Amino acid sequence: MKKILTGNYAVAEAVKMARTEFIAAYPITPQTTIVERLAEMVERGELSAEFVRVESEHSALAAVYGASAGGLRAFTATSSHGLLYMYEMCWWVANSRLPVVMALVTRTIGPPWNIHTDHTDLLTLRDSGWILAMSENAQEAFDLTLIGFKVAERIDLPFAVGLDGFQVSHTAEVVDIPEQEEIDRFLPERRRDRPFVIEPGNPITVGGLTTNECAMMLRHDMMRDIEKVGDLVRNSGYIRDYDLVEKYRLEDAEYVVVMMGAWCGDAKDAIDILRDEGVQIGMLRLRFVRPFPAKEIAKIDCKKILVVERDSSIGKGGIIATEVKSVADSPVQSVMAGLGGVDVGVEDFVAMFRRFVEGDLGEWWM
Amino acid sequence: MLEIMILSFGGQGGVTAARLLAIAALNEGKFAQAIPQFGAERRGALVRSFLRISDNPIRRHSSVKNPDITAVFSEKILNIADVRAKTVVINSKQPKLENEEVYYVDASSIALELGLISAGWPIVNTAMAGAMAKVLGFNFESLKLAIGEIFSGRLAELNVKAAEKAYGGVKRWNA
Repeated sequence: MKKILTGNYAVAEAVKMARTEFIAAYPITPQTTIVERLAEMVERGELSAEFVRVESEHSALAAVYGASAGGLRAFTATSSHGLLYMYEMCWWVANSRLPVVMALVTRTIGPPWNIHTDHTDLLTLRDSGWILAMSENAQEAFDLTLIGFKVAERIDLPFAVGLDGFQVSHTAEVVDIPEQEEIDRFLPERRRDRPFVIEPGNPITVGGLTTNECAMMLRHDMMRDIEKVGDLVRNSGYIRDYDLVEKYRLEDAEYVVVMMGAWCGDAKDAIDILRDEGVQIGMLRLRFVRPFPAKEIAKIDCKKILVVERDSSIGKGGIIATEVKSVADSPVQSVMAGLGGVDVGVEDFVAMFRRFVEGDLGEWWM
Repeated sequence: MLEIMILSFGGQGGVTAARLLAIAALNEGKFAQAIPQFGAERRGALVRSFLRISDNPIRRHSSVKNPDITAVFSEKILNIADVRAKTVVINSKQPKLENEEVYYVDASSIALELGLISAGWPIVNTAMAGAMAKVLGFNFESLKLAIGEIFSGRLAELNVKAAEKAYGGVKRWNA
């Protein structure tokens, strides 16, 4: 059934339909309306979950950690400074192999104080062991939340669903909501007979002091297992097809842009305008950053690639461009734009892409 | 695709009006997107909300810069903002605008008559949504259903009345 929902309400709806059993969260703009909505759902009896109010994001993920280790389907959501405050627990969750799902509504890290989108917060999780997805719109935020539980619980790694602050989180748009029975078939109850689950009668140690070799084996196993995510996403059995990347007008493209997030919609409209002028340009959209879609990027056969990204690594440059360069066959150009939520729209992308094609694109910034 | 900008003062209900019209557009079988102005939703301050309506899925998420239609919820806004659009829908008894197509309705009086008042202000969102729905060529039923999704009980009834009056009463200026 089609409904008009904000990205945040779409995520809350997905968490409800996943029959999530445990939620703990601390409010922070622009995430707040996700957990506000979930609290309402629990209060009204629409969702049978334990909702624990905590005094900080660190505690939120600590509570979710305990619930998930106890075998419950558990969820939290945060943004920017909230993520940084829970950062230690993010590594605890990943290294304990707990299939937590977290919505990360991207927001600039201050100071200066800024509540608008920037992907650098999401990318601070890059090396932790979380599966990192980034949605383009409210529909994907909904779908990826459900796929997130399925994939996370199959390989015992946490899953973060990124959505752009305000541009997706607070924008109301059309979302196609499946029937509850379809979701129940896709996502049955979480199985307790998995490794890393604490169950009565089957005691295990979590987070204890180990040998160095044991610590190293853990990271080795995580590296091996996260590589299965591509196949799991492609064959998840979800009602819509998903992959680590989206290929847009890529087949005959001489020029390829690599991007992620809400502004990809604007960039696609710009690509259509340039295509009408005869420019052979297309897009490889990253729906996942971890695992990094290295094979898909290596396969791009074109004159040159432009990475446009809403993040910055001070002292190096664009984080995604650095990664794309490490695997791409074609020459890669990098542009950082839209930091701090600076609005970049269709007209901007037309101008940017035209200069890229003509070999006249320097720094962009704003 | 139609791009619409709503200019209102915080508290007048511009964001809700965009939301109502997006739901109404969906009821008309169209795709729609309602974007609140980000981060500055303060009572009394100028608030821009955006609305996109299309027969096809809407992909872009940036703000609306060159609207096809601008809705103005208070004439006082004309003193502080440029109203650039081919079509304008304004809350006014006598609009003094030079735009190509100007539609007007006295939404404040409609709201006051129905007692849609909050902290001394007439809340004009549903009346203005009614006028805009008419200009957009929507069936009134589509908007009525949308109002029922957002409001309930007596408040829903009053807001449907406000929307209905404005839907029937909106006029073209100098036509």
